[in-house]
Amino acid sequence: MAATESYPDDLKYHREHDWARIEGDEAVLGITWFAQDALGELVHYEPPADGATIAKDTSYGEVESVKAVSDVIAPLSGEVVAVNQKVVEEPETVNADPYGDGWLVRIRMTDPSEVDGLLDADAYKQVVAES
Amino acid sequence: MAQTLQRTPIHDRHVALGARLVPFAGWEMPVQYEGVIPEVRAVRTDCGVFDVSHMGELEVEGPRATELLQATLSNDLGRIGAGEAQYTLLTNERGGIVDDLIVYRLDDFRYLLIVNASNRDADYRWLKEREITGSDVRDVSSEYALLAVQGPRAIERLGLPDAEPFTFAEADIDGIQCMVNRTGYTGESGCELLTVADDGAELWDRVLARGAVPCGLGARDTLRLEVCFPLHGNDITPDTDAISAGLGWCCALDKDFTGAETLRDVKAAGPDRKLVPFVMEDKAVPRQGMAVEGGGEVTSGTHSPMLEQGIGLAYVPAGSATPGTELSIDVRGRARAARVVKRPIYKREERS
Repeated sequence: MAATESYPDDLKYHREHDWARIEGDEAVLGITWFAQDALGELVHYEPPADGATIAKDTSYGEVESVKAVSDVIAPLSGEVVAVNQKVVEEPETVNADPYGDGWLVRIRMTDPSEVDGLLDADAYKQVVAES
Repeated sequence: MAQTLQRTPIHDRHVALGARLVPFAGWEMPVQYEGVIPEVRAVRTDCGVFDVSHMGELEVEGPRATELLQATLSNDLGRIGAGEAQYTLLTNERGGIVDDLIVYRLDDFRYLLIVNASNRDADYRWLKEREITGSDVRDVSSEYALLAVQGPRAIERLGLPDAEPFTFAEADIDGIQCMVNRTGYTGESGCELLTVADDGAELWDRVLARGAVPCGLGARDTLRLEVCFPLHGNDITPDTDAISAGLGWCCALDKDFTGAETLRDVKAAGPDRKLVPFVMEDKAVPRQGMAVEGGGEVTSGTHSPMLEQGIGLAYVPAGSATPGTELSIDVRGRARAARVVKRPIYKREERS
């Protein structure tokens, strides 16, 4: 079942429709409700390797629906410490719960100051409204 | 400059249902309502309805209509009588495919051709240029709405009698006069309902009221690929020939039609490459344009909701075309394993 539209206040957002939940020097990343809705039911998630280095504003993986493939853009730089295997096995988890069970990777941030450049929920909702 | 998109007579119904609308072949068409996957499942298990009013209708009429069509279409119209239909190709001199279409024999002097939306103008011009005295070609597309009602329960839900595939008859569906064609593009039983444009939206409402699930072009493309029906513009084009595409079965090479000689030569020599169905063995979704290692190219690819794996059609060297052959597909820089399979890719399990 698809989730209903929401943009939780406790997350930080990137205008390429990605979110980050900051947990100390680590961050959990995923795609927003808007992104999964635009793509439709996900059928494939191509994750980065464990231990890979990802860089802010560049692609770290791919999510794919029946009709289209999309790069996933890193909102923050860091080293991948965990990949969500549940989403690898059942990509539709992202549609059902984009901010919970549908997270994509957990990283150890290499430059925590990058967090300051991200959008809060209200600013991101503006981006969505203009999309 | 943005081109104005055409709208079908059902357009306001799509908007009301919250469909995602996309430009397709110059039309604003629903790509999905609830989602591609549930829509595919509805058609495979029960009944779905597609607005395909964007497709073109050409009427060919006159004492020499048969002669014109026998000279331009690949299949033999002598094999069908009035009330019957036939899958056929409009071919060019090189044996390439101008379009694939279904021809309906209304009577011995009148035919209806239902053609791809994107080729409607090209088909019309092609036939018009070859018109002979005693044959008249008209584009009547704007006069009609066309709904495809497909699925194992489609005929039952519409309250229609059983009929052979590739036949057609007039029928009344809840007060709306339709031409009921036992044809489709999903591999399921069902029909395509042709009605006057003004009745299209009413007919849509009544088909929905009978329990059909609204389905978009996304599901339609996935369904046709699961059963290996080629898509013109992807798998077959004016530059691909019917023999290489595996469509020799609808080419009557014992008659003369445009390109027949080339096709006889290709058949005699054996095609260099063949269009084959394949399934992914690795987790990946193949897409149009991806390279097949050893020479070859994916022409259609998607995720099959029924098989829950990547599937597609690709041209491969004739030596790699046998079912069971392992293929390697370049999925955005990553080599992913696939395997050639028999047509169709998806077949319903025999029910006990």
